[in-house]
Amino acid sequence: MILELNGVGAGYGRIPILHHVDMSVAEGECVGLWGPNGMGKTTLLKTILGYLPATQGSINFMSEDVTPVAAHVRARKGLGLVPQGRQIFPALTVLENLRMGAALSGEGERHVIEEVLEQLPRLKSLLKRTGGLLSGGEQQLLALARCLCGRPKLMMLDEPTEGIQPSINEEIAETLRRLISEKSLAMIVVEQKREFIAVLAKRVLLMQKGSIAGEMTAAELLAHDTFH
Amino acid sequence: MDYLIAIGLEVVSGIASLVLISIGLAVVFGMMKVINLAHGEFLMMGGYATIAASKAGINIWIAILVIAPLVVGLVGLVVERLVIRHLYGRVIDTMLATWGLSLLFIGLVTTVFGNTTSGISSPLGAVNIGPIGFSAYKFFIVAVAVAVIVTLYLLFKLSRFGLIARATMQNADMSAALGVDPARVYAATFAIGSALAGLAGGVLAPVTGVVPSIGAAFVAKAFITVIGGGSAVLVGTLSASGIFATVNQLASFATTPVIGEVALLGAAIILLRLFPRGITGRFFKGRI
Ligand SMILES: Nc1ncnc2c1ncn2[C@@H]1O[C@H](COP(=O)(O)OP(=O)(O)O)[C@@H](O)[C@H]1O
Ligand SMILES: [Mg+2]
Repeated sequence: MILELNGVGAGYGRIPILHHVDMSVAEGECVGLWGPNGMGKTTLLKTILGYLPATQGSINFMSEDVTPVAAHVRARKGLGLVPQGRQIFPALTVLENLRMGAALSGEGERHVIEEVLEQLPRLKSLLKRTGGLLSGGEQQLLALARCLCGRPKLMMLDEPTEGIQPSINEEIAETLRRLISEKSLAMIVVEQKREFIAVLAKRVLLMQKGSIAGEMTAAELLAHDTFH
Repeated sequence: MDYLIAIGLEVVSGIASLVLISIGLAVVFGMMKVINLAHGEFLMMGGYATIAASKAGINIWIAILVIAPLVVGLVGLVVERLVIRHLYGRVIDTMLATWGLSLLFIGLVTTVFGNTTSGISSPLGAVNIGPIGFSAYKFFIVAVAVAVIVTLYLLFKLSRFGLIARATMQNADMSAALGVDPARVYAATFAIGSALAGLAGGVLAPVTGVVPSIGAAFVAKAFITVIGGGSAVLVGTLSASGIFATVNQLASFATTPVIGEVALLGAAIILLRLFPRGITGRFFKGRI
């Protein structure tokens, strides 16, 4: 297991949101996390990365207990995040955003960026543009590329298709599929679009009211009729 | 004609002084959204560091350009570690705490150096422009201000630290998700801002003399300039200093220095009515 959560609870200040979350991700596995708005999916990713401290339970990443470890240290150990809303550095150029991603990858920055741009070639012509002026879809590609520049061992994506035009969604799905099949990159993909998850994840966790309410296969998810 | 040149030089050196007085506060405020009300005392300590070092036999230029920023930069590191770090995101608490610190520093310096004005003579003589004598030291002040602005621009725009600092200023959480420790970036930024205040204090010491309470005058001007300049650290400081110092110097020439200070304040009030978020507030968000 690359990631293991045991009975994790977390929340904002004194407001508890997550309760007894147990989940695990195997090496090279892509796990889907599905559920309607406000169920705690983003909160769960924030807790895994360490923005929010786990108030209960423990988080293991790469066979190490990272529960007390700060977010930036977890990131250096190989936890990557493509956050909800993309969180591009708005006043940095596309290239500078990528350099930030590569800043601590420990490899030659130029080499890493070139390699990532091969996977997301649409960004090549945008390198000098200001991040905040890109379209939503371009920003999403940039957020993905920036994360990949840090050479993550487990990449967490939070609603990557939210508000993005379909052509770019396909490009993102295709890139992620290749990363899974060719590079065996482990992922957690949070999504509300079932078709998007079903293409990527074999195993989908259903999130409800701050806990994992069940587990499905991709086929079961597509047949599921609770929320849509 | 000579008279016009002399006025021009006064205006330029006034702008340079204001840039030096404000830039440390601007760096800390722009990058960290921390308002350091002890900023004036940081300048004051830079002045005392310079005078003490020079009295101890150290070359005056080294005292101004090395000792003053070094001493105050170290003070800044300690202050960040012990106080600022624990109050991030709490603007009012930070202002109260740094105001308390300013009183502490005034007390400490008064205890060590006494409550009298100390000074060192201006290390360069006078140059004559036609019939009008002009202190050559003012050219040095202008040179230091230019060097500071250019260095900061290169640091923030070209260096790796600068990239990380700008990114962290825009979105600290996202920086952390990429492996950056925001606390370390803030500590370095605060130390840089403090060192700049120390440098300014050292550079101005031969002009203003130093007394433990001199910080109050500095912090007021710096504060007005930083707020007037808005969010972009360098562009904001330069443009606000340009406007305020020009108004101040011209009004001083036409009337008296006191009226000059009043005019500066008036200009600031008008400017903030027109641009509530400072000159660069709206269009330079996240820029330096
Ligand atoms: N910063 C915050 N402070 C307080 N409550 C929050 C905050 N962010 C989210 N919440 C609450 O936590 C719950 C889960 O939110 P979130 O994790 O964003 O859900 P999801 O990502 O599944 O849509 C919601 O009830 C939301 O209102
Ligand atoms: Mg969410």
